[in-house]
Amino acid sequence: MSSEIAHIFSEPPARSTRIPGPPPVPAPAAVELTIDGRTVSVPAGATILDACRAESIHIPTLCFLENLTPVNACRVCVVEVAGARTLVPACSRPVEAGMTVQTASERVRHSRRLVLELLASSVDLSTAPGVADMLAEYGADPARFGPAAPPAQAGERDARQPGHHHVPDGAASATVAQPVKVDNELFVRDYAKCILCYKCVEACGVDAQNTFAIAVAGRGFDAHISTEYDTPLPASACVYCGNCIGVCPTGALMFRSEHEMRAAGTWDEAAQSRTDTICPYCGVGCTLTLHVQQGAIVKVTSPLDASITEGHLCVKGRFGFTFVGSGGDGG
Amino acid sequence: MDLVTLAPRATPDERAAVDVVLGAPVGRWDGGERADPEGGHVASGGHAARERRHLLLPVLHAIQERVGWISRPALEYACRRLSIPPADAYGVARFYGLFSTTLRPPIVAHVCDDIACRLAGAEDVCADLGRALGPAGEPALDGEATWLRSPCLGRCERAPAALFTVAGTLPETIAAAPVDAAGIVTRLERTAAGRRLVPAPTDTEPDEERLANVRRSVPQAGGPGLRILRRVGVTDPRSLDDYLATGGYRGLRRAMEIGREAVIAEVTASGLLGRGGAAFPTGRKWAAVAAQPGQPHYTVCNADESEPGTFKDRVLMEEDPYAIVEAMTIEGFATGSAHGFLYIRAEYPLSAARMAHALATARAAGYIGADILGSGVAFDIEIRRGAGAYVCGEETALFNSIEGKRGEPRNKPPFPVEVGLFGRPTAVNNIETLVNIPGIVADGGAAFAALGTQGSRGPKLFCISGSVPGPGVYEVEFGASLGDLIALAGGVTPGRALRAVLLGGAAGVFMGPDSLDLPLTFEATRAAGATLGSGVVMVFDQTADLVGTLRRVAAFFRDESCGQCVPCRVGTVRQEELLARLANGRPNGSVADELALLADLGLAMRDASICGLGQFASSAIESAVRAGLVAFAGHGEARA
Repeated sequence: MSSEIAHIFSEPPARSTRIPGPPPVPAPAAVELTIDGRTVSVPAGATILDACRAESIHIPTLCFLENLTPVNACRVCVVEVAGARTLVPACSRPVEAGMTVQTASERVRHSRRLVLELLASSVDLSTAPGVADMLAEYGADPARFGPAAPPAQAGERDARQPGHHHVPDGAASATVAQPVKVDNELFVRDYAKCILCYKCVEACGVDAQNTFAIAVAGRGFDAHISTEYDTPLPASACVYCGNCIGVCPTGALMFRSEHEMRAAGTWDEAAQSRTDTICPYCGVGCTLTLHVQQGAIVKVTSPLDASITEGHLCVKGRFGFTFVGSGGDGG
Repeated sequence: MDLVTLAPRATPDERAAVDVVLGAPVGRWDGGERADPEGGHVASGGHAARERRHLLLPVLHAIQERVGWISRPALEYACRRLSIPPADAYGVARFYGLFSTTLRPPIVAHVCDDIACRLAGAEDVCADLGRALGPAGEPALDGEATWLRSPCLGRCERAPAALFTVAGTLPETIAAAPVDAAGIVTRLERTAAGRRLVPAPTDTEPDEERLANVRRSVPQAGGPGLRILRRVGVTDPRSLDDYLATGGYRGLRRAMEIGREAVIAEVTASGLLGRGGAAFPTGRKWAAVAAQPGQPHYTVCNADESEPGTFKDRVLMEEDPYAIVEAMTIEGFATGSAHGFLYIRAEYPLSAARMAHALATARAAGYIGADILGSGVAFDIEIRRGAGAYVCGEETALFNSIEGKRGEPRNKPPFPVEVGLFGRPTAVNNIETLVNIPGIVADGGAAFAALGTQGSRGPKLFCISGSVPGPGVYEVEFGASLGDLIALAGGVTPGRALRAVLLGGAAGVFMGPDSLDLPLTFEATRAAGATLGSGVVMVFDQTADLVGTLRRVAAFFRDESCGQCVPCRVGTVRQEELLARLANGRPNGSVADELALLADLGLAMRDASICGLGQFASSAIESAVRAGLVAFAGHGEARA
């Protein structure tokens, strides 16, 4: 046996027991800019909103959510950038070196106030968390557009043709008020509360669920969230993951249980406790937050910063909790 | 993604319409029959199908034209074929004004009631149609036909205008102007009785009739000293030989000789600014795209001319199509792009027909294609049609539309030169801008720059309409004043006094009669707080209903807002309601309160809207108020 062959049959060298990690990524270069007179340094690629949050400068947001791609549609986060003709959305505009940003100038406050007034005059914001504070902070007075028009009949807004509308006489201001869509056991769609932030469409589509059961249909003020041909959810691609509910900023999408308790006047958020646990169904281990009122689970969410879910769940984790209260005998 | 399609099978007609665009389905997966029972588990709906997403609008057009509306089975068949979720495709179909997702009669008269047509009595036409056929949108003539109101159809020089669409196996789209109610009803009746509007194909009118039409739209046609319009009414737009005999393709040949850097240098030296409204330096745009490392690059021509009062690009496409083909080829060569898209609004059937003919003949003669003029350079152009959406004239909305999506503008930056069509570097130019290109490249940028003024080089087209004896497209060298332009069109209608001029379109500004000395240059209009916009000069005399016009402008923006951002989506509604209150003498509080609210709305729309539509939606209205051209009365007061 030659020495070469002996070498082949010899013990291989000991391997490292360390699991190789990804190659190190160089930290992004720092970008320096000025916000409200302060010099701020943030990593390249950060948005103005990121930079403001790092500096504890409050920027209101409605259509922004950490786990979704910014669509910058609501325009409540606009800020003034020196040299720009118009205001820019803080949520999606990347910082640039030398940028000078004002977050509370008269122009900024004006546009934010108008955006809030326009929304509050056309949408029911009564269950939108934080919006009442925003309206107060910016001195918004939605009533100055006049009295609200009566609500639309069911299906009326869905049927409007793009490029056509009834000429208003000015007696009342148009709203998106319409009956709640209740077509399944699990959640309701109250589009009278919809600010068209696109979040549910994103969560249903590329940003989370990849189901694409809903999209924006129609145009202009008649744009609305819809399944194909306004078909009820049970006859659509919906898988009831409820991730649209999880991202909805106004309560337009709501657990049916919450909707009914609110209608009955028994919904009491102050009396609710929140308990984090792990979903019992499969091995993924999603974090659930159980919202419990008087000993009964009334809603399930998942924290946005949970590493596994990023706030998103499936139908079982979201809705499969009724067995918990189904009887003391384990039945 | 799990493609869920639950509707019953589409009708043979609907499937045939889709298959004309996409070819026959290959198997069960994409809506056909199971092709290969043995190995039939291979799905073909992945990347290959999704890469054809951009064919969604052509497919929707095909269904709409064949059947007259887009049913759920038809849409879901298209979704199967293209692997698009039905909700998504429905959202797209519901975005465009010329698509219907509810049953609609096959014959439709789209009657323009926009600003210029309104001045020409469009409201009377609509009222008469209502009496003759019933309310807009309701089936008439035994369910065979209906009529609808339409935004500007780009035929303001011969207002009022209408567009007829006839669905069927040989669909037709015909524009007509001027029209009256009786004529519209007769056309609908004849078509319903089985007679075609004109013999197919559409572009067969005799030369004399064609020339008479051209001279009506372009009173200067054939006159001396014209540059942009030099072939209009002189050559046959359907003849490549005519084009070549009048200097055609000199520009492209010189471009190939001097190379792409030199082409961009000539365009930069010419000082040419974009004619679509934004006045961006064309040379700089091309240089930026050429320098982009990302590949491929795209060339897009924005022929979605939808600004109310604008019709110059239509005339250029109809009468000098080869110039546009040549210019796009030069642009593609200079910016390193092999693929061009020409996006024409659906309301311009003759433009699309002439451009398609020019493309086919230019391709056959080797002026576009895989090897242009034996140079080894490849460039080809695809025509895409809009479907009734003003906002698609915004460049990023136009990209989305070509990509088969809702025409929602994107946030900028990034700008199209970096991230444009299909996310690639894209040079996008307006028709009028492009028509200047062959001459600039052939004769040098310096010759072009010698024309016009310091800040506005070259010649410029204006679309004059309203209260003048000779409305039409006019070419002047930059520097002519507003008064000069109106004089070219014969002055204000005899016996009438000038009350106002709408400059730049619905997104432009109203000027008072004291503005006639204003030079129509980029710099002078900017200094005056006005805009050239798309070159609209619409003349209003003292008989015009200016308040009604303002309400129509407000209604236009409310209709055409894409709905994406709050300031525009709701602001345009509030603006229209506010004008209605003022017009009806029922202000909330005082008139001054309402005007302050109007200004508040305007500022927020201007500052916080995503795109130019919202940013300029209050421009004309506020300018008319500011210039004192309209006056409103409060409760119980007489109107001032």
